[in-house]
Amino acid sequence: MPQSLQPWFLVIQRLGIALLTLVIVSFAVFFATEMLPGDVAEILLGQAATPEAVAGLREAMGLNEPALSRFIGWLIGLARGDLGTSYVNNIEVVELISGRLVNSLKLAGVTTVVSVPIALSLGIGAAMWRGSVFDRIVSMLTISVISVPEFMVATLAVLIFAVWLGWLPALSYGVDVSSLSAILKAYAMPVITLSCVISAQMIRMTRAAVIETINTPYVEMALLKGASRKRMVLVHALPNALGPIANAVALSLSYLVGGAIIVETIFNYPGVAKLMVDAVSTRDLPLIQSCAMIFCVSYLSLITLADVIALLSNPRLRR
Amino acid sequence: MTMPLVSVKDLRIGAVTDAGRKVEIIKGVSFDIAPGEIVALIGESGSGKTTIALSLMGHTRTGCSIEGGTIRLDTSDITAMSEWARARVRGTEVSYVPQSAAAAFNPSKRIMDQVTEISAIHDLMPRAEAEKKAVDLFRALALPEAETIGQRYPHEVSGGQLQRLSAAMALVGDPKLVIFDEPTTALDVTTQIEVLRVFKSVMKQGGMAGVYVSHDLAVVAQIADRIIVLKGGEILEVGSADQILSAPRHAYTKQLIAAFEPVPHQPQGLPLQAAKPKVVLEVADLCAGYGPVRGGVPHAKILKDVSFKLERGRNLGVIGESGSGKSTLARAIAGILPAYSGSVMLDGIQLTPDLRNRSKEELRRAQIVFQLADTALNPAHSISTILARPLTFYDGLRGAAREARVIELLDMVKLPAALRHRLPGELSGGQKQRVNLARALAASPELILCDEITSALDTVVAAAILELLKELQRELGLSYMFISHDLSTVEAICDDVLVMYKGEVVEALPAARMSTEAEHPYSRLLVSSVPKLDTGWLAGLEQDPELVAQFANR
Repeated sequence: MPQSLQPWFLVIQRLGIALLTLVIVSFAVFFATEMLPGDVAEILLGQAATPEAVAGLREAMGLNEPALSRFIGWLIGLARGDLGTSYVNNIEVVELISGRLVNSLKLAGVTTVVSVPIALSLGIGAAMWRGSVFDRIVSMLTISVISVPEFMVATLAVLIFAVWLGWLPALSYGVDVSSLSAILKAYAMPVITLSCVISAQMIRMTRAAVIETINTPYVEMALLKGASRKRMVLVHALPNALGPIANAVALSLSYLVGGAIIVETIFNYPGVAKLMVDAVSTRDLPLIQSCAMIFCVSYLSLITLADVIALLSNPRLRR
Repeated sequence: MTMPLVSVKDLRIGAVTDAGRKVEIIKGVSFDIAPGEIVALIGESGSGKTTIALSLMGHTRTGCSIEGGTIRLDTSDITAMSEWARARVRGTEVSYVPQSAAAAFNPSKRIMDQVTEISAIHDLMPRAEAEKKAVDLFRALALPEAETIGQRYPHEVSGGQLQRLSAAMALVGDPKLVIFDEPTTALDVTTQIEVLRVFKSVMKQGGMAGVYVSHDLAVVAQIADRIIVLKGGEILEVGSADQILSAPRHAYTKQLIAAFEPVPHQPQGLPLQAAKPKVVLEVADLCAGYGPVRGGVPHAKILKDVSFKLERGRNLGVIGESGSGKSTLARAIAGILPAYSGSVMLDGIQLTPDLRNRSKEELRRAQIVFQLADTALNPAHSISTILARPLTFYDGLRGAAREARVIELLDMVKLPAALRHRLPGELSGGQKQRVNLARALAASPELILCDEITSALDTVVAAAILELLKELQRELGLSYMFISHDLSTVEAICDDVLVMYKGEVVEALPAARMSTEAEHPYSRLLVSSVPKLDTGWLAGLEQDPELVAQFANR
């Protein structure tokens, strides 16, 4: 194989691994939901249902077929974009999810744009001036933010900004979004809360990764060549810390799609996490499965993207 | 008399230990360096030689700080400067050639960008001019493909080339003083010669002064005008290179030089144990390698048909440069890396290739001692726990009997019994290597595979370990397979020598005749490349260029 093709081969290999993982995960998701206690048909028909009615519904829903063939059918449907029909209200799952997913992605996108640059610059700054007052303040802040649970942050934010000061609306959805300032206002609180949750981890990991490369002989060599602290960190340490930083960022961001349930609940924001919790309480299996798959896909694609960045930032693998 | 370029007066450097205690590691050192003079700082690890050298650039490593004294470089007072002013001197007035160029080059940047970085930082000249100058330096340093080598990444050139590139990196800003921090220690001997040569000629042409930090007297003798002998942060002796080598005054200097004298090994007249076969280890057509196995053959074949015999009570030296497969040979014999073909007979019994299929008794007979005691001893276990494990595993010893045996083992390696309560981190390098050896002895082996066990130790400490090995052999009737890249170490302890090159044994001969009668061209190149304690050795050395081109990893 020619040298120049090798990195692309590795990238394709990573994508292949991600795809394989996805199939294994879908298997786990399908059979985990299968194992949930209770019979769907009985639940749907309620306590007064006759055994004949239950049997008829089971037949109609295809529940009598072996689990494996239903799994394969479901998988093929997924690949085609057919997520099935909700048991509860007979609406296509795609329809139920699409609006919610857009909401979730919007929130995740705004949070990413706000938190990643702040977290990275704080982390890199803390590493650059390690042991300084700045570093200590950043470290103290991140530790306190990690220790305070997000419902606490969210509730406090509502109490202060919406109730006492009255600057921001307490709910984010359904309010006026016609102007930029209105959008900013609507998103401010959930974004601040989510940023608090995910930034702490990113700051700490970035600081650790950069410090690790600062301690290498080649960064000391840069110092002995007369480089400034800024140059040492930005030119010599940072490019070699990209891999671990990309991974830390991906791990933190993956939380935004599926893990935002508390924030979605407190701010009454209709995202996918809330949808999934509702689906569990109504035992809507197709919806649960689809939500779980969406979380897995977003998680896997973020991790794979981080891997690819780590791969391409390493010249040993690049050529 | 001209004014010295560098003048260090009563330099004191303090360090804070992990426990928060303050210690003085440089205790009032004074010396001068004249323009164009090369001064060597020599001493064992912990003598403060690197600390002093780095302080000339105003740099101290984490936890250390300059506590007193002055360092004057040309017209600037380094000790009184701000960090910002020191940064302006680094690279332009004084520059640094690191010990391991492989670690000192940033893996994610092209070589040219790093070599010309000093010019970019200090804005010395336009980029094109700096690159032209770098290419000229590459030529002067005898680097191949001088025009294009700068476009490569550090992992794409060899270790010897990187070391020369790091010199180019130091010289690009035309410094008045260059600090060499053990620049050839990590190189093979055949590579070291070429690097020393080009360093010497480039320094002479540029009329630059140098500080050469090293623990190796013979290397220093080739390049330095003056030698400063350091121990425990103090100067013991200063003198011209000739004077230090021929008429050392201080007892420690004498000891250093004595440790260098080759002590020819006297074969041990061991009483033959009639019950045991004469040949302790017989290896036939051994092949081993790494990587995925396809069709019974691994992807990277390292060892190729290695055969030899080792008689009881005798020692076999295995010598070769990095990548010659000598450590792989030890790992294949021990079964850590199962050989894919060939046989290993220990005491007349054929061993299975894989360690996991060997019986306890077979495992007991051959023990391996690794190069780095630091990584071979579990830092969380006390010495007593480390030594007790093999005693329980092989002999089923427990309680007081085991404790008694641990003390006995420590006594064998000349360590006090009280040491058993300590952790490896609380021991010196030499002590750790003794514990490492005691752990092998715990199994009561017939054969010990020693993999570069003295390479990481200071000369004097290494000589003491070799003495210990000889004494243990006399007492216990052991046989050693002694792997080393250092010819004089092998000569000091071995009866026979195998010379390895690229996984093959190119020559086998008695150790005593190695330096005079080696026939294979590679053996001859190896023998002639070992530096001698003679200031004129490098200048007078002539090597066949064809031979060098064929075998040296330059």
